[in-house]
Amino acid sequence: MIALIDYDAGNTASVANALGTLGQEFLLTNKEADICRADKIIFPGVGEASFAIKQLHRYNLINLLRIVKKPLLGICLGMQLLSEFSSEGNIACLGVVPGRVEKFDSSKVNVPHMGWNEVFQKKESRLFKDIKDGEFFYFANSYYLPVNEYTTATANHGIDFTAALEKDNFYGIQFHPEKSGDAGLKLLNNFLEL
Amino acid sequence: MVSKRIIPCLDVKDGKVVKGTNFVNLIDAGDAVELAERYSKEGADELVFLDITASAEKRKTLLYLVEKVAKAIRIPFTVGGGISELQDIESLLKAGADKVSLNSSIVRNPSLITEASRRFGSQAIVAAIDTKRNISGVNKVFVKGGREETELEGLSWCQRAAELGAGEILLTSMDKDGTKDGYDVEFLKKVTSGVSIPVIASGGAGKKEDFLDAFKTAGVDACLAASLFHFSILDIKELKQYLRENNIKVRL
Repeated sequence: MIALIDYDAGNTASVANALGTLGQEFLLTNKEADICRADKIIFPGVGEASFAIKQLHRYNLINLLRIVKKPLLGICLGMQLLSEFSSEGNIACLGVVPGRVEKFDSSKVNVPHMGWNEVFQKKESRLFKDIKDGEFFYFANSYYLPVNEYTTATANHGIDFTAALEKDNFYGIQFHPEKSGDAGLKLLNNFLEL
Repeated sequence: MVSKRIIPCLDVKDGKVVKGTNFVNLIDAGDAVELAERYSKEGADELVFLDITASAEKRKTLLYLVEKVAKAIRIPFTVGGGISELQDIESLLKAGADKVSLNSSIVRNPSLITEASRRFGSQAIVAAIDTKRNISGVNKVFVKGGREETELEGLSWCQRAAELGAGEILLTSMDKDGTKDGYDVEFLKKVTSGVSIPVIASGGAGKKEDFLDAFKTAGVDACLAASLFHFSILDIKELKQYLRENNIKVRL
């Protein structure tokens, strides 16, 4: 069973629709018990980081998300929350991967970073199986996680930043696979097949 | 670098797509979900739905349409028309929209931009701004579907909307809308130089060269068009190939 975490800080409708297109059953939930018995966990996120962290506290999910052993996919803000800290609302995050989330420099580039950008694969990752290097995915983010040792793919918006990461059972992607056409569906399917 | 976007716009009335010239003379242009699927397949980067008959009673029809569209396509889409409260925004985003565009309501209540972007993220909040040049050459902002002139000047209102937290500006030239003689490149250029959020050009596209001009000369991030695509005057793939040949980065 797939747990799609609903903590009122993510546009779960689009992820749910994409899972529906893939013919995949899932449970929309914010309950510890459901997440514990799930085979796969999808952790979406849209909006403001400190609000999202507050919501995770409210549903008592902070500690659980740090220690889950099943594959977890953080999407967009969900990926950023896996880091140590976000300068969006100056909030401590889950600390699963190192790094601090920063804002793009609006004196150099347009912020938000909005639209389809090329994703370059830097390390072997099963998430990108049968997906071409430099494929376009849809992004909508004002903040980014700098490249670190767990970065598996990057994109560029004035600066190279983490487009995808992988650490043990934790996977994260900055772009929206649920909004990235066929390539996005392929990537989601790769996660489901892990 | 992020690629330039081509965005078909679907003006929706009672679940049907319509398109007029200079904001009047509506013509039926087909089923919204069918068109959305077609554009998604043809390579549109995003879609915009503008509900031009937004009223409390029709609101449910719109939510139902948004749910159907969200199930049918795997590209982002924006919904606008008559949105005035946080609750409306939440309902539309929950139904599957990725962004909402706000027009008259933010002129009435600019703090709505800030409240909405704090709650849903600025990437979900598009400031839709309709302008028309007056006899002194000033671009004045209009609201209520172009029916009511305001005191606001176009560029300063764009800058204010960006400061308040809008994630994008959808700038429609009422002088150009429906004319097919090109975007208002001159004013668009002023706006792209004056703000650091993405700007979407709207109003006046008639041929491939108009898109190139808006990207190259005005420096916009996206171009929006309606009737050109609805009536298959221009094919999205061909348009993107043309843009790529002219060194504009597009997703093909």
